[in-house]
Amino acid sequence: MGIKKLLIANRGEIAVRVIKSARELGIKCVAVHSDIDRGARHVLAADEARCIGEASPLKSYLDMGKIIAAAKDSGCDAIHPGYGFLSENPKFAALVAEAGLTFVGPKAGTIALMGDKVASKEAMSKAGVPVVPFVKGTEEFCLKEAPKLGYPLMIKAIAGGGGKGMRMVSAPEQLKPALEAASREALKAFGDGRVFVEKCIVKPRHIEFQVLADSHGNVVHLFERECSIQRRHQKVVEEAPSTALSAKARAAMADAAVKAAKAANYVNAGTVEFIFEEPDKFYFLEMNTRLQVEHPVTELTTGIDLVREQLLIAGGEKLGFRQEDLLRRGHALECRVYAENPENNFLPSAGKVFLFREPTGPNIRNDSGFGSGDEISTYYDPLISKLVTYGATREEARLRMLAALREYVVLGVSTNIAFLADIIAHPDFAAGKTYTDFIPKFFEDWKPRREKTELALACAEHSRARGSRGNAAGPAKEAAYNPWKELGQFEIGTGK
Amino acid sequence: MDKIISNINTQSPEFKENEKFNLGVVAEFRKRLEAAKAGGPPKSRELHISRKKLLPRERIKALLDKDTPFLELCALAANGMYEDEAPCAGIITGIGLIHGREVVIIANDATVKGGTYYPITVKKHLRAQEVALENNLPCLYLVDSGGAFLPLQDEVFPDKFHFGRIFYNQAIMSSRGIAQISIVFGSCTAGGAYIPAMSEETVMVKNQATIFLGGPPLVKAATGEDVTDEELGGADVHCRISGVSDHLAADEQGAIRTARNIVENLKHTVKTDIGASVPEEPAYDPKELYGIIPSSLKKSFDTREVIARIVDGSKFHEFKKTYGVTLVTGFARIMGQPVGIIANNGILFSESSLKGTHFIELCCSRRIPLVFLQNITGFIIGKKYEHGGIAKDGAKLVSAVSSANVPKFTVIIGGSYGAGNYGMCGRAFGGRFLWMWPTGRISVMGGEQAANVLCTVKMNQLAKKGVTMSPEEQAEFKDPILRKYETEASPYYSSARLWDDGVIDPVDTRKVLGLAIAASLNMPIEEYKAPVYRM
Repeated sequence: MGIKKLLIANRGEIAVRVIKSARELGIKCVAVHSDIDRGARHVLAADEARCIGEASPLKSYLDMGKIIAAAKDSGCDAIHPGYGFLSENPKFAALVAEAGLTFVGPKAGTIALMGDKVASKEAMSKAGVPVVPFVKGTEEFCLKEAPKLGYPLMIKAIAGGGGKGMRMVSAPEQLKPALEAASREALKAFGDGRVFVEKCIVKPRHIEFQVLADSHGNVVHLFERECSIQRRHQKVVEEAPSTALSAKARAAMADAAVKAAKAANYVNAGTVEFIFEEPDKFYFLEMNTRLQVEHPVTELTTGIDLVREQLLIAGGEKLGFRQEDLLRRGHALECRVYAENPENNFLPSAGKVFLFREPTGPNIRNDSGFGSGDEISTYYDPLISKLVTYGATREEARLRMLAALREYVVLGVSTNIAFLADIIAHPDFAAGKTYTDFIPKFFEDWKPRREKTELALACAEHSRARGSRGNAAGPAKEAAYNPWKELGQFEIGTGK
Repeated sequence: MDKIISNINTQSPEFKENEKFNLGVVAEFRKRLEAAKAGGPPKSRELHISRKKLLPRERIKALLDKDTPFLELCALAANGMYEDEAPCAGIITGIGLIHGREVVIIANDATVKGGTYYPITVKKHLRAQEVALENNLPCLYLVDSGGAFLPLQDEVFPDKFHFGRIFYNQAIMSSRGIAQISIVFGSCTAGGAYIPAMSEETVMVKNQATIFLGGPPLVKAATGEDVTDEELGGADVHCRISGVSDHLAADEQGAIRTARNIVENLKHTVKTDIGASVPEEPAYDPKELYGIIPSSLKKSFDTREVIARIVDGSKFHEFKKTYGVTLVTGFARIMGQPVGIIANNGILFSESSLKGTHFIELCCSRRIPLVFLQNITGFIIGKKYEHGGIAKDGAKLVSAVSSANVPKFTVIIGGSYGAGNYGMCGRAFGGRFLWMWPTGRISVMGGEQAANVLCTVKMNQLAKKGVTMSPEEQAEFKDPILRKYETEASPYYSSARLWDDGVIDPVDTRKVLGLAIAASLNMPIEEYKAPVYRM
């Protein structure tokens, strides 16, 4: 009953990534796309493609009816949701199942349970997994009860994720306005304005465990990833293993992660997120019922192709390994390369990518969904690629990452590459002192240095595009530099 | 190439003093320039605008490619002449870009005495045509003129370089493949009618432009015929009946669009490749020039400090640095384009003249354009030097400057006196362009020297009659001479008479030279033929 033909209900790098593993398994792939994505990389990578509507995600990548119709119409037997979009929407998972198709992910009920941050915590607490103390209820109730947890507090959206609707509160007078703002933001982002308040862990690290569970009751974990380097609650740099865990802490957390997956009747790939407080305290945060953006660091350090496992599990197969078969070697780092402008408050930078030159070399992996000539649209997540490096040691992986970032050229849109390089080069990062306050603490006022190398690369590309200026005669030689065409407006004595 | 190491202390009192002085000089220059560029008196401009006509500078702006340079020529022509009634001499000329190609623009300003031609207007028109001819640039005439300024007819009509030369030039240029295009916005009467008629392609604006050899009053007087302007020579007449014009435009914007289309379809040309590279800003801020140029020309300054603020990356490969040190020669790039620079660092001796000659021959042989930075009081004099043959060594430099085949550009950055002007590619020596800094001075010799020479001659005459002059009498004799020289050496006096192509702000020097060099490359560089040098 293995999957024969798969529809990928996503776009960008993750759709390309899924197609690669599916192809290895001999599965035919169908891409869906909005009208502006007609020539996008994931469309070119797939065997077939279906246009499902306009650029606005609501009219295409979030339109469940159109996606399911496209899957049926093209003869697919399964749908992979990727991450984001409909990946954690229980209704979608249910509709897919109702349509007689396989949803590559957990059951709708599991998604619904884990999607409710409060219900999931209650369930986990019951299963013996430690959770952060929290308060939920009306705004009035929260205002009365939350301070008892002790400041600082963290407000979160019940329906949410990705930092939307999140607020930190460090003093009593901030609580009420923060509750209101968080609720407003949550309502806008998720259509559900309910929030809850939990104790904020001081100097926390964000550590998560990857789990795989098949439909035959087997659950394994694939060790941890640390994702403490975050900007406004968005992960920026991830790594495996974490520099903070002792063998004992790791074992305890892994045990809790497996316990959590079992308690949720989990099937397929999932991630149990914890807040970790040194030296060995940890609290269940949430479970992500999908493939994580940062899954490559686990793949590089364990040798397991997580998408392949997802597809096999969805096809009904048993896991091909036991926990004791799994070993981890070396260290992997991932940087999320975004089309965003660090000089303008990290706002997305849309436009045409004139030149895209990926770093290459041994133990460098770049999962990207763009290339030279592609348009980056404001409609979608501005992730250009995930740059991952692997090394025998953390330092080896770190230096490789630094070199790879410096080699990475994206012209046409602004990127955060220089920002990432400065994070990787930072002495506290090098020392593994990675806490969730790393970016606010060291990079609050960060400004890109106008490095000559960047300028040089741009100039080199500019002159390459203009062709050689030597004396060698050739057909259709490019014109030499002409100040008339480059100087812009100028008149004598006007200061222009 | 190596970077020039600047020895300027931008915090020194001297620098600050120079800066203050020169900023004042530049402010005065800008004031004059703005006044000239405003055009005719407010009343004429208002009348012009009320007729729904664009001002000439608006026409030029619309005609040129958006956000591209306009290298105006001789903006201060007629400045201080004709009781200042002819700003810009009533005609705007310059080089601009249309469809990526450099062209010469010659635009009448009808707000200045109806766009009529004063003697300097004619000279400015001819100079712009010369620029087109020497640099192989298409010529666009934006015609809106009443013809010759009749009160001064004897100075504009009959001579070799008077009004007629305009039409002669049009024919000669056309025969050499240099396109001649007219856009008629207003009247073209009598002689003026030949500008569009002698053009290769002409556009006329409906209900606005007229072309006729004799206007309605003249027709009435001669034949008794009653006609209106429009019936006699309107755009409809010439585009439908006579064939004097080729394109009928509904309005000025339409005419400008048509003119741009005409340029789009001109013969394809390839510029001379002299191996331009990607340009680089100077390593030192050109604004520092204000602190370097001394407040008095009697003070000297190292001309390399000026070069460092004009050339790419301030990089300069100096030639014969330790020989003939009063002349600085060397190679550099200006906005990517290779140049040979010859700059004064004192009076010219035999050695410096020979060095300059050698360097010019190098540039000719290597086809590298020459840039002269003039700050020269003249050649050395005295018995020792005459015996040493300074005259023949100076002559070698003048010969080399004259016969150099490469495009030559001159900027007078200080004094320009006597034969020094000639040896350093003065106006008479066939340079493509010549500009003056507002701090520059130009005359056959310094005022004091002239006054002393004339006073000595006078005293010798009087001595023969046994009369002597008291110091007071001498001062009285010298005073008007000093004042005359003071006035006439001014860059504005020079620019008004078109002894140059304009006064430029020192900080604009790099851009002006860069654009001019690029424009000059439209003309192929001919083989160098050496003159006979007196050895």
